[in-house]
Amino acid sequence: MIQYIIRRILYAFPLLLGVNILTFVLFFVVNSPEDMARMQLGHKHVTEQAVENWKQQRGYHLPLLWNAEASGTSKITETIFFQKSAGLFWFDFGISDSDRRNIGADIKQRMWPSLAVALPTLLLGLITNICVALLMVLFRRSYLEFGGIVLCVVLMSVSSLFYIIGGQFFIGKVLKLVPISGYDGGFQALKFIVLPIVIGVISGIGSGARWYRTLFLEEVEKDYVRTARAKGLSETQVLFRHVLKNAMIPILTGVVVVLPLLFMGSLIMESFFSIPGLGSYTIDAINSQDFAIVRSMVFLGSVLYIVGLLLTDISYTLVDPRVRLS
Amino acid sequence: MSSLLWMNTLLMNIKSKTIGVKAVLSAFAIFSATPNLGIKKGVGCAWRGCRQRDRFLLLQNLHSRHPWRLAAAKPPWMGLRRSSSGIPLTLRSAKMLKLGIAAIFLSACDISQLNNPYSKKDADLAVLYSAFTERPKHLDPAISYSANEYTFLGQIYEPPFQYHYLKRPYELVPLTAMQMPEVVYLDVEGNPLPENAAEAHISFTDYLIEIKPGIRYQPHPAFAKNSDGTYRYHALSDSEIAHITALADFDQLETRELVAEDYVYQIKRLAYSKIQSPIAELMKQYIVGFDEFYEATRDVEIGELMQRKLSGVEALGKYRYKIRINGKYPQFSYWLAMPFFAPMPWEADVFYHQNGLIEKNITLDWYPIGTGPFLLAENNPNRRMVLEKNPNFRFEAYPDEGEPEDREQGLLEDAGKALPFIDKVVFTLEKETIPYWQKFLQGYYDASGIASDSFDQAVQFSGSGEVGLTRSMEEKGIQLKTSTVTAIYYMGFNMLDSLVGGLSDEARKLRQAIAIAVDYEEFISIFMNGRGEAAQGVLPPGIFGYAEGQEGLNRYVYDWVDGRPKRKSIEAARQLMVEAGYPGGIDPKTGQPLILYFDTTSSGIDDRSRLNWFRKQFRQLGIKLVIRGTDYNRFQQKMRAGNAQIYMWGWNADYPDPENFFFLLYGPNGKVQFGGENTGNYQNPEFDRIFEKMRNMDNTDERFRLIQKLQEQVRYDVPWLFGFYPKDFILYHQWYKNVKPNLMANNRLKYVRIDTAIRTEKRQQWNQPVFWPIVLVLLLLAVLIVPAVLAYRRKIRAIAH
Repeated sequence: MIQYIIRRILYAFPLLLGVNILTFVLFFVVNSPEDMARMQLGHKHVTEQAVENWKQQRGYHLPLLWNAEASGTSKITETIFFQKSAGLFWFDFGISDSDRRNIGADIKQRMWPSLAVALPTLLLGLITNICVALLMVLFRRSYLEFGGIVLCVVLMSVSSLFYIIGGQFFIGKVLKLVPISGYDGGFQALKFIVLPIVIGVISGIGSGARWYRTLFLEEVEKDYVRTARAKGLSETQVLFRHVLKNAMIPILTGVVVVLPLLFMGSLIMESFFSIPGLGSYTIDAINSQDFAIVRSMVFLGSVLYIVGLLLTDISYTLVDPRVRLS
Repeated sequence: MSSLLWMNTLLMNIKSKTIGVKAVLSAFAIFSATPNLGIKKGVGCAWRGCRQRDRFLLLQNLHSRHPWRLAAAKPPWMGLRRSSSGIPLTLRSAKMLKLGIAAIFLSACDISQLNNPYSKKDADLAVLYSAFTERPKHLDPAISYSANEYTFLGQIYEPPFQYHYLKRPYELVPLTAMQMPEVVYLDVEGNPLPENAAEAHISFTDYLIEIKPGIRYQPHPAFAKNSDGTYRYHALSDSEIAHITALADFDQLETRELVAEDYVYQIKRLAYSKIQSPIAELMKQYIVGFDEFYEATRDVEIGELMQRKLSGVEALGKYRYKIRINGKYPQFSYWLAMPFFAPMPWEADVFYHQNGLIEKNITLDWYPIGTGPFLLAENNPNRRMVLEKNPNFRFEAYPDEGEPEDREQGLLEDAGKALPFIDKVVFTLEKETIPYWQKFLQGYYDASGIASDSFDQAVQFSGSGEVGLTRSMEEKGIQLKTSTVTAIYYMGFNMLDSLVGGLSDEARKLRQAIAIAVDYEEFISIFMNGRGEAAQGVLPPGIFGYAEGQEGLNRYVYDWVDGRPKRKSIEAARQLMVEAGYPGGIDPKTGQPLILYFDTTSSGIDDRSRLNWFRKQFRQLGIKLVIRGTDYNRFQQKMRAGNAQIYMWGWNADYPDPENFFFLLYGPNGKVQFGGENTGNYQNPEFDRIFEKMRNMDNTDERFRLIQKLQEQVRYDVPWLFGFYPKDFILYHQWYKNVKPNLMANNRLKYVRIDTAIRTEKRQQWNQPVFWPIVLVLLLLAVLIVPAVLAYRRKIRAIAH
């Protein structure tokens, strides 16, 4: 397995390089360094000299990908691409173009609030969805199952924005049980994250429970389940001891792969609840044409996604003894 | 695994017949018995809720048929081990658990208002709660140049002058300076000239400024010294930096007196190329020696700036300094009221310029160091910025004079009292308008703007067009303050364009026709909820030279009817089209409707109705308006290259002087030819001549007359459709005192007073939690589930038999 992991890590390097080149090209097709400078310098009293100074100081005066005027390896190294991208591979994200803040320090600071909301939402959502799905399977062919499916479809059809605004209105404004938005450190954070978590869980029930119900129904008709019933096990024992265990693989696939991405947060949720997470970091950077942050976040996202896929593969071996990584 | 156990328990619970219903009903009884759930009742309910859960488990276990469940049905402490105190261990741990839960609950929630987003420890302080929608990017006064950053900087840094808080028109008064600057005109050889010297003879102007002695900086580690007099934190080792994560981690804070050299040093910073001040290029034109200093220090480290000399700026003593500028530029005084010219101690640059600190975002750009009434105590631009009262702030009194109506409005009640009145200002990042608005209504923000979504909820117009608050706002005691912003939003014509540009009669008449057709009164009413004033000229109200009433009428677009301006009829515009050579809007060259192009960055779905409205306005003249939606970068490129035909633009005044508006139309500021701010590339020699005469004059009758000439010229030539002056509508809670809109002052917060007693009372009143709907929802769920459970149990029994 170790060999497999090492191989996957080595595969990641060309992949990340490709992602980096793609991000770079896409960004600079739309924005030139001069555009970036003008965006950062604002509207008033911006002269050509000021634009040149800005580019010079941030290293955007260099050619993009190939420095024809340089010699030897400098043809590659004395370029914006190399200067800005090389450090990413040892997680040196550098300084942002717009506000000159250390990007690494900002990411470290902002990922915890994102995680504080995303992780409980994922875990509670998982438990809730499994429970609802199992209940629907347990009461299958009853009005409860039918009602459950209808409810799930209704829940799926509602926009996530509606849940957020509705939740803020009902729980925050009408019932006045929690603050409408905000965030704080330590235990104080609890009162702020309750509402986004509840909304996150409820908004995910529709799709999650339907998906898990399908998985459980597939399992519940299999021969081993029939055998278990024949042995005299009750329906609940059958569901919890056998069906759930065997339906874990597709559940794991969906869950483990998103685990690392939880750090990246959610744009709309964080925006509406004023959670100081990473959700809006990339979007804000794109809007302000801050290439330093864009490339860092895209790189980090790619790394986390690769890690997620690797973890998924590893988790297969843990839940299914038949799977071997080679 | 834990989820499976939890699920088992749940399923076991729903197997019992009526217990769930009973438990829910009993819980409902508790809640309904306390209809007016107050502060402590809320907590009581939490405790009682725990008991209900115990009872619920107990009852459902009694109904269980399995022996192991029967065992559990006993009271939990029966047959269990006891501790030395005699309390059963399980019971004790249960109590501990409850206490733990309660502790977490109490620590997480303010029991008086569950929805209170703020810490209770500030309850006794006079705290102003505000929000910021866009995170600040720079807090270095040499770099920062945006209003949202000035909200913070204005309270921390102190330039020598400030705007009087109450007087109008805006008036400069000393802040850290003893008096207004002594202005000395000099000839080319540096000899003093009389005050009334002709502008042509003035080669230089000296601004001599004397600051007040005894002003001290906020406590800061940059000033901390060892016993031997060396600076303690100016050369930190790696191991020392390793323990630092924020400025608060430095344990030794000291201060020092503000001296004239600090103002001189800041001007050197403006001229230092690595800092990249946005006004550096502008100041090169004015401050003597600025350009030379800029070039000479290109490769110099910031620590050496102190030793370098900037020829036009020097300290003449501990408290006196001089700035020499080229020629005469009376508006320079206004620049001296902006944070760019606030003092900066050299120690700050040396302290912050340590690599380890920069990596941790501890930089001068993020941790200001000033002499103002507040200091930045918490700096998290992603979440919250907190200003606290500067303990070293000197005595400064609330103004004792203002406009005549200020006394009636209670704005002079605090005259002579020491500033600031508030202990702390908490700014929370609030990106969305809906939560901002709701929190304002709950009393958790002290003031708020009005988003279009909430406009009808807050504001209503009377039959005569008077602005007022709705009844619900009045019941809450909210106050509305409106003010016209010293800004203008206009539709510009590219005067280099062969069709709409130029000063020919045809092109001018075409522009005049369009100016009549585009009904900005309607635009303001439809798209801005009436929050604007249709512009009659270049200058907004509040700027010297603005003429009210008929005197300030744009007679090419409006008639004066019944004491107010009335837009000319569309027929008049159509007649102008005929005179321009486009009868019925038909281009004689093509025989088709005239096509004009409108370049804009606002081309999203939200902007569609606005753009359609513009199309409709042009269609009245038979003109086909083609919208060219473009991104910001391409739009800027088009403007620089002169490829746009019609566009929208805006200007927010740097300072309250007509020069700061008319220079936008000055020929030598043309965008295409000179890269200046004259976006329409308007060039009229007559206008330029009058502008050159007017720009450096004092505010005299003669200047007023010249301004009217400039207005008339621009109205006639129509390089702009003047558009509108936006109006600010701000709501303040009743506890927010000393409110007077001041669009020029950046340091307004020191004048604000908060009546915390009223605020506390109103927050209590407005934020009583409501629990019964939650119980109702649980009840409904139970009603839905119980019959299914019964059916399921019948089915299991049937199978068993």
